[in-house]
Amino acid sequence: MDVEIRDIHKRFGAVRANAGISLRVTAGTIQGVLGENGAGKSTLMKILSGFQPADRGEILLDGRMAHIGSPADAIRAGVGMLHQDPMDFPAFRVIDDFLVGRPGGISLSPGQARRELQAQAEHFGFSLEPNREIARMTVGERQQLELLRLLWQGAGVLILDEPTTGISAPQRETLFAILRQLAAEKKTVLFVSHKLDEVERLCHRVAVLRQGRLVGEESAPFDTAQLVRLMFGKEIVVSAPRSTAREETVLTLEGIEVEDARLHVGPTSLEVRAGEVLGLAGMEGSGQSLLLRVCAGLMSPVAGRLLLDGHDMTHRPYRSFHDRGVAYVPAARLEQGLVPGLSLTEHVLLSERHRGPLIDWKRGRAKTARRIHDFNIRGEPDNTVESLSGGNQQRALLALVPDPARLLLLEHPTRGLDVESTVYIWSKLKQRCTQGTAIVFVSSELEELLRYGDRVAVLFSGRVSAPVSAALTSVEELGELIGGKGLEPAA
Amino acid sequence: MTGEAILAGLSGVLAASGPLVFAAIGETISERAGVINLSANGVIVLSAMGSFAVGVATGSLLLGFLTGLLIGALVALVVAFGNITLRQSQVALGFVLALVCRDLAYFLGNPFMGASGPRLSSLPIPGLSRIPVVGQLFFAHNLLTYLSFLLVPVAWYFIFRTRQGLVLRAVGERPAAAFARGANVNRLRYLYTVLGGALVGLAGPMFSLSMKAGWKGTISGLDGIGWIALAITIFGAWSPLKVALGAYLFGLLQWLGVVLQPHLSGIPSQVLQVAPFPLMILTLLLVNIGNAEWVERILAGLPPRIRPAAAGLLRATRVSPPGALGVPFERD
Ligand SMILES: Nc1ncnc2c1ncn2[C@@H]1O[C@H](COP(=O)(O)OP(=O)(O)OP(=O)(O)O)[C@@H](O)[C@H]1O
Ligand SMILES: [Mg+2]
Repeated sequence: MDVEIRDIHKRFGAVRANAGISLRVTAGTIQGVLGENGAGKSTLMKILSGFQPADRGEILLDGRMAHIGSPADAIRAGVGMLHQDPMDFPAFRVIDDFLVGRPGGISLSPGQARRELQAQAEHFGFSLEPNREIARMTVGERQQLELLRLLWQGAGVLILDEPTTGISAPQRETLFAILRQLAAEKKTVLFVSHKLDEVERLCHRVAVLRQGRLVGEESAPFDTAQLVRLMFGKEIVVSAPRSTAREETVLTLEGIEVEDARLHVGPTSLEVRAGEVLGLAGMEGSGQSLLLRVCAGLMSPVAGRLLLDGHDMTHRPYRSFHDRGVAYVPAARLEQGLVPGLSLTEHVLLSERHRGPLIDWKRGRAKTARRIHDFNIRGEPDNTVESLSGGNQQRALLALVPDPARLLLLEHPTRGLDVESTVYIWSKLKQRCTQGTAIVFVSSELEELLRYGDRVAVLFSGRVSAPVSAALTSVEELGELIGGKGLEPAA
Repeated sequence: MTGEAILAGLSGVLAASGPLVFAAIGETISERAGVINLSANGVIVLSAMGSFAVGVATGSLLLGFLTGLLIGALVALVVAFGNITLRQSQVALGFVLALVCRDLAYFLGNPFMGASGPRLSSLPIPGLSRIPVVGQLFFAHNLLTYLSFLLVPVAWYFIFRTRQGLVLRAVGERPAAAFARGANVNRLRYLYTVLGGALVGLAGPMFSLSMKAGWKGTISGLDGIGWIALAITIFGAWSPLKVALGAYLFGLLQWLGVVLQPHLSGIPSQVLQVAPFPLMILTLLLVNIGNAEWVERILAGLPPRIRPAAAGLLRATRVSPPGALGVPFERD
């Protein structure tokens, strides 16, 4: 389907999220949409899919004016969207979630849907068990489910707002093959991403947004430096930082085992030293978040011992972990990390250890303004967190991490961050390391794991490898480890 | 106590719990869509009075019951309009309506005090009602009681087994996501609030035109039942089966209080009258125990052989309210 957007405007208070954007995408094109955090990409996509009304502007589908006033209209017109953060129902089971919005008669006939879901998931190599509760899945797995739903919906225009945050490299190739296939069938794909290599490989054309305006369009083959210049108005240098690991051990796991209803992780023994960065690699749902949650004191291990700075912390409550300087940053930023409805200032005040009955708003606002500046958040102290763009929510989350901290546990710390912020955030984190903070982080980006980690441990369906040195491992080797190579099969 | 008397008593419990079943399931439907309709108690009193008045004036039972339905629907419409369209607080609105409707009923009901109106007669089902025990328990009631029996599985099937029911739950769980999938959130919320309100409204005439026909300024056991329905909706974890179970349990406990009183002379009668309430609270604590952090901690310490079973059991008892209960849906 041909898509034409004409002069779209959208304001949120003083922020001009879209300031007169016009774009034509012909049928059969995979159109990339690039732009720094807060540039207005998601807003534009939400307008196109009827989720948000535009203040002004027109949308034409196949040359005809389309009146898209709601997602229902958009779906009827053949426009489907994958949102940046999963738009699903945490309390539901996978199969029920999958069925919401499916047309059909009164009876649900879940058997049929279940078979189709499983066939689709198998094709991608996703493990999405129909009876699992969404709330117990990782953000990446939830995004996988959303992706399958969108493909199953069978739209003529597919909008994907950062679809690759939770999937591994081989799964990404499957997705790309499907998207190319859809484009060959004259469907239109709009692909929003911060991963330039993906955009360059997949897209036929790219539109770059900056501060709500379209600042450039390019066709394949792309020049990375040119794209970066268009996005940020300057060059970005990415360099691998030096290790700051010290001698003393911060975190010790001795034969730790942990489990939830689905997965048993361990036994795991590892040590993380002060100033060291340990990466956790693996397909989504291989046990990374269970391991992090145990280290954060949010779950109790079913076997083994956990020591912090030599103190036995096994089975201690979260509070004592917190008091020992452990900070945990979950991936589900709007559900577990931030409190929707509260402003940035309120978040900063909440995260303080300062105890006392009265709130010093003036100091709180000043402190928040400083953090906003430090972490380059596009927003005001009084903005509620859900009004921030996806990447800016992520920055806010990281800005709330207590300082100083002894051990930082980060789940997908740069999910949704643009290239510039990724570099910037890591420079901030590394700065912490020089002060002796240890970091354990989960990521699905192999480059990120190898560039910023000192060592990388690989998880494969609950088994944890001995950490490998990041400097001595290539992206290809790490990819193979993630696929299960080098780990003995389960006894 | 003879077996005959016990049977009659239990049959009476099933009938007497009917209004509670209607009201609590009506509230369940409304809350599943995300709207708390706190007006239930006032609505039930007003619809009891209103339907009795219409029954007296027209002599028609049908019109009487329809009046109850209509009063419930109209008050729910006010709640929906105030909350969905005007974005006012559901709680404040519902609470005020609960008080206003009740006082209105007492005021408007004066002229009808002591009047004699029609009464729904019982309708034993030929054949079935002759089955020993079962027949007397389930098949010797009036039409509305049969409907209350039917409502339970029908509501359950609708909410958990149909596409419309799935969307209903979706709307109450996370309206933005339901909206993104093409649901007209606010229209559905109107629809289910009004439908749920109508069911609540039916509880009124079940008193005044059936169980305790008449209007003597009030009806014993009428005022207060709406609040119990609201509580049972929560105890029943917003599931029609458990909600109905709660309603019958409450009816049973009340009956036991009456029956046992002569035998338990040491215990003041007030204790037996209020006993159902703390018992229900205890149930609430039990069904929510799986949510507590210390339970997880104990669980992790169990031997591996019994751990999965214990964890599964706790998960099954875990309840959580509809995610967006009481939260208006706003598009930005
Ligand atoms: N609901 C809202 N209320 C207020 N402001 C909003 C809202 N949604 C978006 N904004 C603002 O509009 C601007 C553009 O946001 P948008 O989400 O479109 O950015 P984006 O390009 O998708 O960024 P990211 O890469 O971080 O996801 C941001 O400054 C954001 O704070
Ligand atoms: Mg975005």
